[in-house]
Amino acid sequence: MAARALFSSKTLARVVRNDAAKPLGVGVAAAAAMHSRGLHVYTLPDLDYDYGALEPAISGEIMQLHHQKHHQTYITNYNKALEQLDAAVAKADSSTVVKLQNAIKFNGGGHINHSIFWKNLAPVREGGGEPPKGSLGWAIDTHFGSFDALIQKVNAEGAALQGSGWVWLGLDKELKRLVVETTANQDPLVTKGPNLVPLLGVDVWEHAYYLQYKNVRPDYLKNIWKVINWKYASEVYEKESS
Amino acid sequence: MLRHIVFFVLLFKKACCAMQGPKVNAKFELKPPPYPLNALEPVMSQQTLEFHWGKHHKTYVENLKKQVVGTELDGKTLEEIIVTSYNKGDILPPFNNAAQVWNHDFFWECMKPGGGGEPSGELLELIERDFGSFEKFLAEFKAAAATQFGSGWAWLAYRASKFDAENAENPPSPDEDNKLVVIKSPNAVNPLVWGCYYPLLTIDVWEHAYYLDFQNRRPDYISVFMDKLVSWDAVSSRLEEAKALITST
Ligand SMILES: [Fe+2]
Ligand SMILES: [Fe+2]
Repeated sequence: MAARALFSSKTLARVVRNDAAKPLGVGVAAAAAMHSRGLHVYTLPDLDYDYGALEPAISGEIMQLHHQKHHQTYITNYNKALEQLDAAVAKADSSTVVKLQNAIKFNGGGHINHSIFWKNLAPVREGGGEPPKGSLGWAIDTHFGSFDALIQKVNAEGAALQGSGWVWLGLDKELKRLVVETTANQDPLVTKGPNLVPLLGVDVWEHAYYLQYKNVRPDYLKNIWKVINWKYASEVYEKESS
Repeated sequence: MLRHIVFFVLLFKKACCAMQGPKVNAKFELKPPPYPLNALEPVMSQQTLEFHWGKHHKTYVENLKKQVVGTELDGKTLEEIIVTSYNKGDILPPFNNAAQVWNHDFFWECMKPGGGGEPSGELLELIERDFGSFEKFLAEFKAAAATQFGSGWAWLAYRASKFDAENAENPPSPDEDNKLVVIKSPNAVNPLVWGCYYPLLTIDVWEHAYYLDFQNRRPDYISVFMDKLVSWDAVSSRLEEAKALITST
């Protein structure tokens, strides 16, 4: 229990101070060593709603596994890769530094993408599914014709994506326009262009829907709009486009 | 001029199909696994097979038929379609469905009820020669399957230098020829596209292959697949076929 509490703590310096008398596990010692070199240890962010709060659009079982298992695994492996990177940099071991890039992109991307995804969802009683108003609503009409046209485009691109990945609504800060893009696996949106800011990301990995929708990804895509948190997307849009 | 004729023929074919319904290409039927859908219980559930074979595999077959009918690919073998439509990595629309039909046909045959254990005979000798030991092979194969980012496949294949094809520009990790190798491939890609490989064994590591039975625990699925499902008989007979093909070319 102590080890778990230690791990979930953001600053290990504080942990080491508070629990100095307790024996530290190997993992904790390693994490403490990381901290002593100034490495940030990433932890699983809390959700703003209960696992079951998005039902019936997304089942509580899916949400729990997705958050506690999948997202946690990306974070664990991201921390591990960063630790190895730190050691490789310290030893000027360039081939290891380069070799680690794939793991960093995949696991770091998994952490970034899922952190956004949780913010993109909200229970219906907290405004989930309510179409965007204000400047984002107008921008969607301008760039896609209508809100429904945007949904059709995201659904079509999400359904056509081969294998695992994400479909995004993004803002191109340079061209000042909205774009729909897909990325493979855990590539974050920024891999499609340095000026792209994600407003909304829809996870189309099978783990995001399989227990409930099985092979029918289009039904998952159709239903997820009922729990999309457009307030969050609007806030990001207003901040980034001003 | 020729282009116009081809276009006209395509149009004509389309018109015919619209009147008669799509032609059935007998080559691309949904082949059932060589065992009943509940035969791999409790390791791989009947429900998994019902969806994986009965929905995913079936959809690949149906979509491939629609994509191929009336095109220049009509009448080609599945293998020819895979190699042509891979197009040196710049993949054309039928590739994903064609390769996934082939991959799943191959995958079902890689398993049998009461499978697992160790291979024997020449296969075991080659595994020991090329990986050091069966345990080392197991570790390498499991690691490849576990670390394939996203959806895809891990393979045991025979790599031969004699065989070559158009797409063989960038085979992954081409260290040595004429030996057994473990490789992995993303999404629908399989070793046929690189020309120089004869696939012997594969494991599907798309999440749909294991999610109903193992959820996020891909490593558990991989272990159980190797311990209780692999049909080493099938792998051995493929090695025989590969050798026959290599010596005949
Ligand atoms: Fe996910
Ligand atoms: Fe599959």
